[in-house]
Amino acid sequence: MTDNNSLLEPPLVKIRNLSFSRGAHKIFDGINLDIQRGKVTAIMGPSGTGKTTLLRLIGGQLHPDAGTVEVDGQSVPKLGHSKLYQLRKRMGMLFQNGALLTDINVFDNVAFPLREHTRLSPRLIRTLVLMKLEAVGLRGARDLMPSELSGGMSRRVALARAVVMDPMIMMYDEPFTGQDPISMGVLVRLIRSLNDALGLSSIIVSHDIQETAAIADYIYLLSGGKVVAEGTTEDLYASESEWAQQFLQGEPDGPVPFHYPARDFTEDMLDLPAGGAN
Amino acid sequence: MLTMLQGLGRTALDFFQRLGRGHLLLLQILSGSHTLLPRFGLVIKQVFSVGVLSLLIILVSGLFVGMVLGLQGYNTLVDFGAEESLGVVVSLSLVRELGPVVSALLFAGRAGSALTAEIGLMKATEQLSAMEMMAVDPVRRVLAPRFWAGVISMPLLAAIFSAVGVIGGYFVGVGLLGVDDGAYWSQMQANVDLYKDILNGVIKSFVFGIVVTWIAIFEGNDAVPTSEGVSRATTRTVVHSSLAVLGLDFILTALMFGS
Repeated sequence: MTDNNSLLEPPLVKIRNLSFSRGAHKIFDGINLDIQRGKVTAIMGPSGTGKTTLLRLIGGQLHPDAGTVEVDGQSVPKLGHSKLYQLRKRMGMLFQNGALLTDINVFDNVAFPLREHTRLSPRLIRTLVLMKLEAVGLRGARDLMPSELSGGMSRRVALARAVVMDPMIMMYDEPFTGQDPISMGVLVRLIRSLNDALGLSSIIVSHDIQETAAIADYIYLLSGGKVVAEGTTEDLYASESEWAQQFLQGEPDGPVPFHYPARDFTEDMLDLPAGGAN
Repeated sequence: MLTMLQGLGRTALDFFQRLGRGHLLLLQILSGSHTLLPRFGLVIKQVFSVGVLSLLIILVSGLFVGMVLGLQGYNTLVDFGAEESLGVVVSLSLVRELGPVVSALLFAGRAGSALTAEIGLMKATEQLSAMEMMAVDPVRRVLAPRFWAGVISMPLLAAIFSAVGVIGGYFVGVGLLGVDDGAYWSQMQANVDLYKDILNGVIKSFVFGIVVTWIAIFEGNDAVPTSEGVSRATTRTVVHSSLAVLGLDFILTALMFGS
């Protein structure tokens, strides 16, 4: 069970005994975790541990095999289409590649949720969009098309779009992957400052240790479908968990083996028959 | 033997699963279409990209098909001294069969493949997922406008194809081969029935519009979100919708003109 749910306010996201499989592959095996209000919580782990899947379960794009996912007291898998969409209006998500709509420009991308969900006047929409673009430093890029943006700029536009409806929770899917150091620094600063300035609760899914650890208030480490360690950055660096140490130090071998499971190396080299022809 | 049976079973299961998903998607599109009424501009925008941008290929093909019909029809009819009936032959061939069928095949190649590729790439680049997370239903916002644009455009394109084909037949028959001008038009006017011929042709192209656009949208939405997946989906759209058009054409022709 988590340590940080001892805080007085109920967590914004509460996950209990969550299990989820894709075919025969079990991605989550009874995990528990809490996302506290107003905090930046990081979900970390090696590639393929289901970090993005977890965000999709929180957003209701996937349904768990067992267990509960509650967001602001509402059980996400049990919500009907209309209530789920109402809840999503209060959620923002930054996708790994930005996922900007490619047939409209930067301004229209950021204005998209406002035009879809509100009846605000064009003048007010313009003001709101320019405010969000100013916050991410791209007010001057409003007329550019997504194909004219760099990877870092795309992600910042997507960030402006994600917060334009003033959500209660922001989910970041691998926000630092493939970014140059300048873009990375900008994104790190933006995620923290937006969280504090807008009073959001943020979930960052990432395997970039330094950047994530620098802004996260609480970190969960996932591996093999389970939460293998959790705590503040300091807690994790002081942890005795071999797995946590291997991940944080970036060691090639340890509880997560370097080698994909295979038969004995000597047998394989001598091609001794051991049940396989190759 | 067992492996073969397993493979056969898996293929059959895949087929029925895809058929089920396709019908579910169609139901979702139809049930969500009422939201388009106050935002008909979304459909109009798609009519432009699906219909208007297909005009060139429809016009050129219609013209040449009409010219070939004029030439072939004249060569056959002249043996019986019935070349005055060329207008009827050309117009009935176009309105009943070639207009709806050929324009649907061209529509599948031009607009259907583009729809599948566009939706498949939107899926691969997570644009559809992003819409879902912005509480915007992609079925209502992206798929339904494209579906209705296809359904509206197809009968119009078929009508344009037939009209241009009749003019192509006129160029060859009257302009080059010397069929009487008045006979060409008056025979056509006297023998082409508004309901039996033209309306049935329109119904055919309407059905083809539904089927081709449905297949294109389903394949895009169901595509494996990789470049190879989108490529395969695009190919499947053209193959499946062409076969569906030809198969349905036989069924519809049998129902309409069988007796």
